[in-house]
Amino acid sequence: MYNLMHLLPEMFLLTAGCVILLIDVFSKDLDRNLTYRLTQLALLTTAIICVVQFPQLQYHLYGRHYVLDPMAGIIKISVIVLAMLALLFARPYILPRRILRGEYYLLHLFAVLGMMVLASGGSMLTLYLGLELLSLSLYALVAMQRHSYQAAEAAVKYFVMGAIASGFLLYGMSLIYGVTQQIHLTDIAAYLAQNDASLTLRFGLVFIVVAIAFKFGAVPFQMWVPDVYDGAPTSTTAFLSSAPKVAAFGLAIRIFGYGFIGIAVDWQGLLIILASLSMLLGNIVALAQSNIKRLLAYSAIAHIGYFLLGIISGTAAGFSASFFYILIYAIMSLGGFGCLIYLGQGSEDVKDIDQLKGLGRKNPWGGLLISFLFLSMAGLPPFVGFWAKLEVFLAVLNAGFIWLAVLGAVMSIIGLVYYLKVVKVIFFDEPETEQKIIAARGLRLGLGLTSLSVVALGVFPSKLLELCRQAFEYL
Amino acid sequence: MTVESVVFYLFATLTLVGAIGVITMRNAVQAVLCLVLTFFSAAVLWMLLEAEFLAVTLVLVYVGAVMVLFLFVVMMLDVDYASLKAGYTKYLPLGIITALALFGGIYWVIRSEVFGVEQMPEPAKHGADYSNVTELGRLLYTDYFFAFEVAGVILLVAIVAAISLTFRGRRDRRGQSVPMQHQASKEERLRVVSMESGPRQDGQEKTEKKKRIRRKKGGGS
Repeated sequence: MYNLMHLLPEMFLLTAGCVILLIDVFSKDLDRNLTYRLTQLALLTTAIICVVQFPQLQYHLYGRHYVLDPMAGIIKISVIVLAMLALLFARPYILPRRILRGEYYLLHLFAVLGMMVLASGGSMLTLYLGLELLSLSLYALVAMQRHSYQAAEAAVKYFVMGAIASGFLLYGMSLIYGVTQQIHLTDIAAYLAQNDASLTLRFGLVFIVVAIAFKFGAVPFQMWVPDVYDGAPTSTTAFLSSAPKVAAFGLAIRIFGYGFIGIAVDWQGLLIILASLSMLLGNIVALAQSNIKRLLAYSAIAHIGYFLLGIISGTAAGFSASFFYILIYAIMSLGGFGCLIYLGQGSEDVKDIDQLKGLGRKNPWGGLLISFLFLSMAGLPPFVGFWAKLEVFLAVLNAGFIWLAVLGAVMSIIGLVYYLKVVKVIFFDEPETEQKIIAARGLRLGLGLTSLSVVALGVFPSKLLELCRQAFEYL
Repeated sequence: MTVESVVFYLFATLTLVGAIGVITMRNAVQAVLCLVLTFFSAAVLWMLLEAEFLAVTLVLVYVGAVMVLFLFVVMMLDVDYASLKAGYTKYLPLGIITALALFGGIYWVIRSEVFGVEQMPEPAKHGADYSNVTELGRLLYTDYFFAFEVAGVILLVAIVAAISLTFRGRRDRRGQSVPMQHQASKEERLRVVSMESGPRQDGQEKTEKKKRIRRKKGGGS
């Protein structure tokens, strides 16, 4: 018999999801207040269980399909917190748009469950299943705005691209299983330590790298990112661009760091191409955007480029730098899309940068908080985005890729242009309308939390950095 | 040549023929029937590998249920296949080049030295008392229980997602829906129109003034 106590967070979340599903069926209230509160409560309780059960060692449990280590613990807690914030932003957004409420919240729960499975995956099987659980919920969340043509188009694009990526992942995994005859990542690592990697194994690894690049949206597998970010309901985009990236980081580390660290040279080369192309294309195309959702989408591609720099180094220090980067990026991206919800009036979406004109005069506090987020994304010193960039650049310098660090630095200077353009529009342009922004309490709370945490972490980054280092003690 | 290899080559050929038929048939119903043939012959191949349970499930679930649903969908939906095939010849060269390159790459990499008979010998045959179902059940509910449960949750999510994307409530009633009316927002019902305000041209201003004066007088008396 297994001791199921270690599985408690997942089991609790699944049970809570099923119970809330039943409660939602019999709920008469169209606003689904009860479902929303229960969903947040379930997430909060799961986070508390995760904190109480925070592992100090690395456990391989349940036939070694499930790994519990500090990295999994941190990923789970951060994913849950990000999902709670995303729901805080989502509620005022979906209410006037008549998106099905109960199902929207529930799919968030199941997506979080998928991310938790992904973070703890110890074998290729559980990693794949976790990824599918996450992706399936996300496809539906993108399509939730049913009468919107754009959302349907985005959902189809996302689904087709995601299905291709999953197919690539499975194909690569099947090749690797065929060569090594092992399904557990630890066994694959042991195989690689004893045998030379055959061409077929490397070929399988290429497919896996491509699949992970698809999921991250790294160039040249980025074509879905702008369309999906733009077409999906903004609340879904906020969720999509934050928590799943952290979980996908978990997938990448389990595969590259734990499974295939023995042939690091092979995946390093591929990741260098992905990272440098992402930084180049993301930053340069973002310069030409006038739609703010597309601007944020291209900036997401660029950020994935910086983030990959840490993984390229292939050391525990590099992984922790990337971990720090992706956590910070998730907060900033959630806040960035959250501010678009904050600015929206009624059921109109904010799409154009010009709609932000004069925000700082009409609404100084809101303008200030939003500017904090954009300045942090640009990587300016008092904010945490600076520390994140510094960490990954240091990691890649230590690994000996000086030209990559230089490219990253040049690209982040180019990136300054479009982030500062937004800040300029907010503070120095004349407002077009005199309308004040009346935002719901949840929105103000969410925006305040994300924006102030960017400032607070910028002043005191050491605690989170320390946590990120702890996560890779068992590499 | 043993009976086994005769069966293998026969059904392997049928699988390939069926698979080619799926993508070349002009008629969609025939394409679905070809897919049925492919699944069925694949099931026979699995049977040769002593995977009886999987073979039976493939026939029952895929051939029996999924493909029948496919047939229903193909027959009920009026799909315009001509428009689907537009641009086919335009992209055909690119498609052929990509397919050949990919096939060449895969063929070059997966040569017999990795997956040949020496590296992967045929698994030993089991005795008559060996039960494939018992083995599968034991593995699924013990070693792989975590993966098994997660797979179950994926099916649940698929149900929730499919219903929430397609269910639109009952449509046969024409009555008012009070909750829907409560949800109506100002943006949908109210249109603010800016009107030009200037002196009126039709001379009604004077009569209105008179009316107002009269009303005042009436109020005073």
